[in-house]
Amino acid sequence: MEYFLQQLINGLTLGAIYGLIAIGYTMVYGIIGMINFAHGEIYMIGAFISLISIMLLESLAGGSVIVALFVVLIVAMILTSLYGWALERIAYRPLRSSPRLAALISAIGMSIALGNYIQLTQGARNKTLQPIVQGNLELMKRDDGFTVVLSYMQIGIIVTTIVLMAAFSLMIAKTSLGRAQRACEQDRTMASLLGVNVDRTISLTFVMGAALAAVAGFLVVLYYGVIDFYIGFLAGIKAFTAAVLGGIGSIPGAMLGGLLIGLIEAFWSGYFSIEYKDVAAFAILVLVLIFRPTGLLGRPEVEKV
Amino acid sequence: MTDAPPLLRVEHLSMHFGGLVAIDDLSFDAARGEITAIIGPNGAGKTTVFNCLTGFYKPTVGRLTMQRDDTPWQLEQLEDYRIARDAGVARTFQNIRIFPQMSVLENLIVAQHHVLMKASGYSALALIGIGGYRKAEREAVALARYWLERVNLVERADEDAGSLSYGAQRRLEIARAMCMRPALLCLDEPAAGLNPRETGELNDLLGFIRAEHDIGLLLIEHDMGVVMGISDKVVVLDYGRKIADGTPEQVRNDPAVIRAYLGEEDDALEFVGGA
Amino acid sequence: MPSTGNGTQASILPDSGHRRLPPGAIFKEAGLTAVVSLALLVPFVGFKIANRGGEQFLETRLPEVLIAAGLIFLGRIFLILVREGSLALPVAGGAVISAIGLFAPIPSAFIQAVAFTAGLVIIVRAAFMVFAARRRSSTGREFGSGFADGYRKALPWLASALIVFAVILPLMPFGERRTIDIAILVLTYIMLGWGLNIVVGLAGLLDLGYVAFYAVGAYSYALLASYFDFSFWVCLPLAGLFAGFFGIILGFPVLRLRGDYLAIVTLGFGEMIRVILLNWVSLTKGPDGVSGIPRPSFFGLEFKRYPAEGTESFHQFFGLDYSSLHRVVFLYYLILILALITNFFTRRIRTLPIGRAWEALREDEIACRSLGINPRNTKLSAFAIGAMFGGFAGAFFATRQGFVSPESFTFLESAIILAIVVLGGMGSQMGVVIAAVVLIGLPEYIRDLQEYRMLAFGAGMVLIMSWRPRGLLSQRDPTISLARAEGKTS
Repeated sequence: MEYFLQQLINGLTLGAIYGLIAIGYTMVYGIIGMINFAHGEIYMIGAFISLISIMLLESLAGGSVIVALFVVLIVAMILTSLYGWALERIAYRPLRSSPRLAALISAIGMSIALGNYIQLTQGARNKTLQPIVQGNLELMKRDDGFTVVLSYMQIGIIVTTIVLMAAFSLMIAKTSLGRAQRACEQDRTMASLLGVNVDRTISLTFVMGAALAAVAGFLVVLYYGVIDFYIGFLAGIKAFTAAVLGGIGSIPGAMLGGLLIGLIEAFWSGYFSIEYKDVAAFAILVLVLIFRPTGLLGRPEVEKV
Repeated sequence: MTDAPPLLRVEHLSMHFGGLVAIDDLSFDAARGEITAIIGPNGAGKTTVFNCLTGFYKPTVGRLTMQRDDTPWQLEQLEDYRIARDAGVARTFQNIRIFPQMSVLENLIVAQHHVLMKASGYSALALIGIGGYRKAEREAVALARYWLERVNLVERADEDAGSLSYGAQRRLEIARAMCMRPALLCLDEPAAGLNPRETGELNDLLGFIRAEHDIGLLLIEHDMGVVMGISDKVVVLDYGRKIADGTPEQVRNDPAVIRAYLGEEDDALEFVGGA
Repeated sequence: MPSTGNGTQASILPDSGHRRLPPGAIFKEAGLTAVVSLALLVPFVGFKIANRGGEQFLETRLPEVLIAAGLIFLGRIFLILVREGSLALPVAGGAVISAIGLFAPIPSAFIQAVAFTAGLVIIVRAAFMVFAARRRSSTGREFGSGFADGYRKALPWLASALIVFAVILPLMPFGERRTIDIAILVLTYIMLGWGLNIVVGLAGLLDLGYVAFYAVGAYSYALLASYFDFSFWVCLPLAGLFAGFFGIILGFPVLRLRGDYLAIVTLGFGEMIRVILLNWVSLTKGPDGVSGIPRPSFFGLEFKRYPAEGTESFHQFFGLDYSSLHRVVFLYYLILILALITNFFTRRIRTLPIGRAWEALREDEIACRSLGINPRNTKLSAFAIGAMFGGFAGAFFATRQGFVSPESFTFLESAIILAIVVLGGMGSQMGVVIAAVVLIGLPEYIRDLQEYRMLAFGAGMVLIMSWRPRGLLSQRDPTISLARAEGKTS
C-alpha cells in the first residue's frame, strides 16, 4: 500500500511533466495536422537554457531563491519559444503546400540538427545541478521503515502544472488568439479569408507549445538534476504517446494522457522491470494507435474522399 | 423487363454520421447498358451514396447487391479494394485523383494491377523471368492504347499525368477506371470544371461507353445538360431521401423535384427543362 | 549594390525581371535574421557548461556569438540576393566565406564550421535557382530542362563507369587498405540506402526504424553462428528472411496508420528492438555484444595464415603469399555484389506490377483502393522486402566486424540511412550512391568533418526539403513507354 502510494506520487509528478510536453504536440497537430518531430528537442533546449541560466545566476549570486527561479523560468520560456518560432519558420512554413512526407522529413532533419547542435556546443557529457528545492513531507511510515515521501519539488511541479493548465485553457477558450486557433483547425483557407492571420496563429501555436516544453525542461532540471543532449528523444516519444493516448488534438486529453503515461511508467518500473520501462511506452503507443487511434478524448476523423 | 436481377440493386440504404442522417432509406436500381444519374441539390447526399457503394464508408443499414458474371456481390460487406477488384465497380473522384508523378500510360497500367499480378505470379515469378508476364503486359498496353485513343491522349502517353490540363486529367481518370474492365462505372461529377466543348466530348465518351461496352454507368451530376441529355434514368435526392426516379422526361415534370430543386418558383420548370 | 555581371545573369535567369528589393529592405531583413539568430545563439554558443576535474562551471564564448551572427547577417544578404536573381556576387561571396572557414587559421572550430556551411548553403542555393529557372524556361512538352535530359542520357554511362570503377578499385594503385575499408563502409550504406529506398522512395512509407532490420540481420548471423556454428553462406539468406519476417510482424499492425503515425511507430519499434537486445542478456550478452563471429570463407577456403588442420586456406589454394588484404578485398567484392543485387532487384521490380503499385500507393492511396489494389498487402510487401535487404546488409556487417553490439543500432543510424535516401533524391538509385559517398565517405577521409556530420545531415534535410521537396536527384523515369512497349511487339 505504502509502496503503491509512493509510486502514485512519483507517477503523477512524471506525468505532469509529460503532459506539459504533450500539449505542444497536440496543439501543433491540431492546427497543422502534423507531428512536430522536433518538439522533444525543444524540450531539451528548454532544459539546457534553464540550467545555463541557473548557473549564470548562481555565479552572480544574491537574491531570493524563489525570485531567481522565477526569473530563470521566464528566461527559459522566452528563449525556448524563440526556438519554437524559428523551428516553424525554417522547417514547416516553407513546406506548408508540399507533400506531407517532405514536411515530416524536414522536421526530422530539424530534430537531428538541434540535438547535434547542443551536443556540439555543450558537449556530450551529463550536466548536473545540485538540488535547489529540498525538503519533503513524510506522509506515511511503514513498520519496516519505508516512508512515503512527497517532496516540495514534487508539490511544486504539480502546482505549476495545474496553474499553467488552467491559465492555458482559459486562454484558448476566451482570447481572440484561441478563437483564431480553433478557426484555423477547422479550415485554414476559410479562416484566412475571414481575416485571421494564419501565419501568425500557427507561429504562436508553436511558440506556446515551446513555452510549455520549456517549463517541463525547467522542472526536470530541478527535479532530477541531470540532463544531457539526448533527453529530448525519449521524452519526446513518451509525450507524443501521451498526446495520442489522450486523443491527439485535445488539450485536456494531452494532460490526461501525460498523467497516464507517467503512472504506467512509475508502476511498471516499480513492480515489473526498470529496464523495459521505455518499451512500455512504445507498446502503449502501438496498442492505442491500432485499437483506438482517436485516443481517449479525441474526435473521430472522417476521411474525406 | 426480364426477371434477371439488375446490375446494381440498392435497397434501404441509410448512412448516419453521428446524429446526422446523410442518406435515409434509399432504394434504386441501375441497369447494364444504361446511364443512371443521381441528381440533387448540394448536400443531398449524392457523394455519400457513391462512397457507400465503393466501400469508402460502411453504410449504417442497407443492402447493395452487384451482379457480375452472374455472381451476386454484397458490397456493404466488402472492403473497398475488393469492391473494385472483385465486384467490378470502378469510380472517379470529384476532385481528381490521378497519380501525378507517374506517366499517363503508367496510370492506365496500374489500373490493370490485378490482372498483371496474376499473370506475373504476384510479381515473384516475373522477377526471375518465369511466366507469361510479357504477354500480359503487352495486352495491358494494348488496352491502355485503346482507351488513350478514345480519350485523345495517345500523344501524351509518356508524360507525367500531373502535367496534363484539368480536362485531360478528367478524361484520363475515366480511361483509367475503364482499364479495370469494370461492370459498373461510377462517375462523381465528371463535368465539373469542364468548358462546353469538353462537356460535349464527355457526353460523346459516355455515350460511346454505353453503346460499346455493355456496362452500367452511374453518375452524379450538377450539370443538367449532361444529365438530361444522356441519362436513361434519373434518381433525385433531397436531404438524403429519394424524391423521384424515372426517365429524364418523368423527372423533369415531377412537381416534387421542381420544388426541391428550385423552390416554388414558376420558372423552375422552364429552367430544368431548358438546360 | 549587385551590379556586377547583370547582363549575363539575365540569360541564366530569364524570370529575374521582377522588381528589385531596395538595399534598405535587404539590410532590414538580414538584420532581423541576425538579431534573431543572436538571441538563439547566445545561450548555447555564448555559454558552455564545461566540466573540469569533476567541477562544473560556465565558460563564456561571446566573441564567437558575434562573429557567427555577423556571418549569418552576411549569408542572409547573399541569400536574398540569390532570391532576387543575382548570382555572381553571392556565389563569389559564398566561396570566399567557405574558403575562409576551411583554410583560415581561426581558433574556433565552431566559427570555421559556420563559415564553411554558410558559404556552401549560398552556393547550393544559387545552383538550385539556376536549375529551377532552366526548368521553367524550357518550352514545349519535352521532359524538363536540358540538364535533366542530359542527366537522363548520361545516366547509363555514368552508372556503367561507376560499376567498372568499383570493380577495379582494389587493383588500382590507390586501392590500399584504408581506401578499401572506407569503400566497404560506403557500399554498406549504399546497400542500406537502396533497401530503404524501396520503402521510402518507392512506396512512400516513412520508416524511421530501418536500423531494426539491420540489427535483426546482424544478430541473426551472430547468434546462429555462435550457437549453431552455421556458416555465413547459410546465414546470409536466413538473416534476410528473418528480417523480412520481422518486417511483416512489425508492419502488419501499423501499416494502416497514416504517414506520420507510421513514422513514429517505426521509430518506437527500432528503439524497442535495441532495448531488447540490450536487456535480453542471456541470449544476446546485452551491452557486451556478441564477439568472435566467424569471418566468411571463399567457397570453404578461409582467409587465415595458418588454417586449421586438414583444411586449406585461400592463399595456399591459389598459391599466393599470405596477405591480410585478401580478406578485405574479398569482403569488398562481397558487399559490392550484394549492393548490385539490391540495385538490380529494385530496378527490375519497378517495372513489375507490385513495384508500380508501390509508386501508385505513394502518390494516392485512395485512388489505389478504388482501382482494386489491396493497400495493406502492397505496403507490407514493400516493408518486408526493404527489411530483407536491411537483413542482408546486417549479416554482412556482422561478418565484417566479427562483433555486434546494440550500440551499432541506434536511432542515429536510421537517421543517417534516411538522410542518404532523402538527400540523394527519393526513388533515385544514383542519388543514393552520390549521397552515400558524400555523407559517409567524405567524413571518413576528413576526420574533422565527422563531429559536424549529424548537424550537417539534419540541416541538409531541412534545406533540401524546402528547396527541392522531392530530393536532390529526383528525376523519375517512367517504367514503361508507349512507343517502346509497342515497338517491341511489332
